[in-house]
Amino acid sequence: MDTTAQRNGTGGSQASRAAPRLTLSGIGKSFPGVRALHNVSLSLYPGEVTALIGENGAGKSTLVKIMTGIYQPDSGAITVDGGPVSLASAHAAFANGITAIHQETVLFDDLSVAENIFLGHAPRTRLGLIDWSTMRANAREVLTTMQAGHIDPDTRLKDLGIANKHLVAVARAMSIDASIVIMDEPTAALSMKEIEELFLLIEFLKSQGKAILFISHKFDELFRIADRYTVFRDGEMVGEGLLGETSQNEIVKLMVGRSIDHIFPERTASVGEPILTVDGLSHPTEFDDIGFKLHKGEILGFYGLVGAGRSEVMQAIAGITRTSGGKIALEGQQIAPTSAADAIEAGIVYVPEERGKQGVVIGLPIFQNVSLPSLKRTSKSGLLRLAEEFALARTYTERLDLRASSLSQEVGTLSGGNQQKVVIAKWLATQPKVIILDEPTKGIDIGSKAAVHGFMAELVAEGLSVIMVSSELPEILGMSDRVVVMREGRIAAVYDNGALDAETLVRAAAGIAA
Amino acid sequence: MKMLLRYREAWLLLAIAVVVGLISTRFPAFARPGNLAQVFNDTSILMILALGQMVVILTRGIDLSMASNLCFTGMVVAMLNAAHPGIPVVILILIALAVGLVLGAINGLLVWRLNIPSIVVTLGTLTIYRGATFVLSGGAWVNADKMSPAFIGFQRAAFLGVPVLSWIAIGVIALFFVLMTRTPLGRSVHAAGVNPTAAVYTGIDVGRTQFLAFCISGMIAGLCGYLWVSRYVIASVEVASGYELNIIAACVIGGISIAGGIGSVGGAVLGALFLGIIANALPVINISPFWQMAISGSAIILAVVLNARGERRQGRIILKKAEAT
Repeated sequence: MDTTAQRNGTGGSQASRAAPRLTLSGIGKSFPGVRALHNVSLSLYPGEVTALIGENGAGKSTLVKIMTGIYQPDSGAITVDGGPVSLASAHAAFANGITAIHQETVLFDDLSVAENIFLGHAPRTRLGLIDWSTMRANAREVLTTMQAGHIDPDTRLKDLGIANKHLVAVARAMSIDASIVIMDEPTAALSMKEIEELFLLIEFLKSQGKAILFISHKFDELFRIADRYTVFRDGEMVGEGLLGETSQNEIVKLMVGRSIDHIFPERTASVGEPILTVDGLSHPTEFDDIGFKLHKGEILGFYGLVGAGRSEVMQAIAGITRTSGGKIALEGQQIAPTSAADAIEAGIVYVPEERGKQGVVIGLPIFQNVSLPSLKRTSKSGLLRLAEEFALARTYTERLDLRASSLSQEVGTLSGGNQQKVVIAKWLATQPKVIILDEPTKGIDIGSKAAVHGFMAELVAEGLSVIMVSSELPEILGMSDRVVVMREGRIAAVYDNGALDAETLVRAAAGIAA
Repeated sequence: MKMLLRYREAWLLLAIAVVVGLISTRFPAFARPGNLAQVFNDTSILMILALGQMVVILTRGIDLSMASNLCFTGMVVAMLNAAHPGIPVVILILIALAVGLVLGAINGLLVWRLNIPSIVVTLGTLTIYRGATFVLSGGAWVNADKMSPAFIGFQRAAFLGVPVLSWIAIGVIALFFVLMTRTPLGRSVHAAGVNPTAAVYTGIDVGRTQFLAFCISGMIAGLCGYLWVSRYVIASVEVASGYELNIIAACVIGGISIAGGIGSVGGAVLGALFLGIIANALPVINISPFWQMAISGSAIILAVVLNARGERRQGRIILKKAEAT
C-alpha cells in the first residue's frame, strides 16, 4: 500500500512562515464532572492543511464545536488574523469566516444547489425578496472557479451523488468567503474515487489560501493531504509539527501514549470444512449470481467499492433482505431465512455497518442492549430474569474489555468504540456459528480497532467463522484468510491472501485489467 | 435514562401534591384519605385506558379508536346482559376482553400487514366502531332498569374496604408493570419504539410488536367497555364520545413520548391521576368545567415542554460523556 508520506502540496514550507490565520491558545472546556479540553492550543495557517489527530473522545469534536461557536470555552483565547475574537454563536463563527464541512454533509436535500450555497445569505432584490437570477449566476460562478461547472445550480441536491454534495458544501464555504474550513471526517462515506476528487478540492482550497483543519482516522489520507499535525489525547494537546518530519508510528505513539507494534494480530489459520455455502444468490436489483464458501475457522474478507452490493448480499444471508433466487446452506443444511430472527436461530448473525441506526438501541441500558436478541434464553415461562441478563451481558462485555461505569449505563453515553463493543457483545451472546461483520471498525479509534481485530482472531481460533465486509485495505489484507472482491453486484474475483497486494484488490474492485 | 424518568415522574407527583395541597387549603376534606381513594376509584378507567394507549404510543403508533371500541364493547355486554341476565359477570368481562381484542387486532392487522400509519387506521376505525354500535343497537339505549343488579353491582362491591373497580385498576397497573419491565414483549416494545431499524436487525419483528400493542390496547378498551357502562349505568352510541383525547392527554402528561420508545407505567398512571384530580377538584372549588378543559390543555403543553427540555438535557449529557471517555 502506498502510505509513504507523499507530499503533493505546493503551499508547504514557505507558506508556513506566514502568520497563522486562526489561533486557539490555552483553551479549556469542562462539563460537570468531566474535563473535555485542558490548556489546548492550535494554529491554522493560510494555504495549509492541519490534521487534527486523536482517538475517539480525545476532545476533537469539542474543539470543533468551540471553533464553530456551538460551545463556549471556559478559558483561553481565540484570534483570527491576529485579532482577538469571541465566537459566541454559530453566527459569530460564520461572520469570522469559519465554516465546517461534516461527515454527513449538513445540507438540504429538497432545495436546489444554488439555494444550498446561498441559504442564509442569499442576494436580495430592492424589495427584500430573494434575487433568484443573481443567486443562480453567483452559484454558477462559484462552482466554475472550483472546476465544478458540471453541477447545475438548479438541480435538487438529492439528485447529486455524495461527492458532488461535498462540492456544494465547499461552494457554500467559498460563497461566504470563509477563510477557515474545518473538515470533520469528510471521507468516511466516500468511495476511493470520490476521495480523490475531494483531495483535488482540498488542493484547490489550499491554492486559494484557505486554512484547513482536517480530521480523519485514516493515516494514509492524513499523510497525503495534510501539511501539519496536532495530536490530542484525553483532552490535551500532546504533540504538533510538520507531517514531513514524522512517521505514522510516531503519531500512533503520541495518540495512544504507547506504541502499537502489531496493529493486526498474528494468527495461525486452521481452516476447516465449509460451514456456509452460498450458491447463485440473486436479488432483483442489488446483486446477481453470488456464490462462495465460508470455511470453519476462516475470516473471509469482502472487498469492493461502496455500492458494490456487499452489504446487500450479507443482509440477504441474514434474512433481512429477500432474494429472488439461489441457495444458502449452513453445515450442509439448506436454510431460507425470511427474518433476522430465523437467521439468528440458525446461527448466522449480521453486525450492521451503521452503529447508530442499525446497531445499538440508544435509550436502553447496556445490559438490555446485549440481551435483546437473546431474550428467549434469558427468560423463563415468559418472564425475563434480570440476573441472567446481567450475567450474559457481563460475560460478553468483559471479553471485549468494554469500558463503562456500570452495565445499567445508557448506551448513548458511551463513546463510539465502546458502543461498537456493545453491538458485538450483543451478537456474540446469541452464540452464533457464522458472524458477519459489516465495516467492523469504521469510524472508531485505533485502540478500539485493535481490540476488535484481536477479538476477531480469538473468535476464529475458537472455531467460529467470520465474514468481514470492509472498505479498508489494510484491514482486509491484515485480517482475511481469503478475499472476495465484488463489483457492481457480482463477484469479480476471489483471492487467497498469501501474497495478495492492495493493487490487485483495487484493480479487481474497479474492473481494471491487470 | 432511568434517573431521568424517575425525575420526570417525581415532577408529576410533585405537581399532583401541589394541586391537592392548594385545594385542601380551602377544602381540607379534599385531601382526606377517604376522598383521595374516591378520586383514585373515579380515575380507574382512565388509568387503565392510558396504560393500553401507552403500549401503542411506545411502538410509535397511536390508537384513536379506543373510546369507540369501548363504546361498542360496552353496548355488546350491556345488550347481552339485558337479553340474558343469567350470564355471570365474569363471563361478560371475558366476552368484553375478547370483543375488544378482535377490534384491536383489526387495527393491528391494518397497521402491520398493509403498512398504513396507525393514525389513519384508527381515525377510520374510530368512526367505524361507533357506527357499528349504532347498527348493533339500532340507536337504542340500554338503561339501568334493563341491567341486572349483579352487572351494576360487581365493580361497586367492596373488598377489604376498597371497591372492586379500584382493585381492577391496581391489578392492571401491576400486570402492565410486569409486562413492560419483565417480559420479552415489553422489551421489544421499547426497542421497536426507540430504534426500529436496530430492532429489526436484532430479530425483533417490529410489525408484529405493533400488532400485539394494538391487541393489548383493544383488550383494555374492551375491559373498560364493561367497566364504563356498568359504572355510568348506560350504554349508548354516545358513550365515551371524544374520550380518546383524554386517554392520549393522560399519556402525554405522564411523559410518554409521542415519538415512541420513551415512557413508563408509572408515568401513564400519574398522568391519568393528574387529570382525574383536576376533574374532581374543580367542581369542589366551584370552577366551571370549561376551566377544567383549559387547565388540562395547559398541563399537556407544560408536560410536553418539560419533556422536550428533559430530552435536550439528555442530549447534552451524551455529548459530554462521549467527549469524556
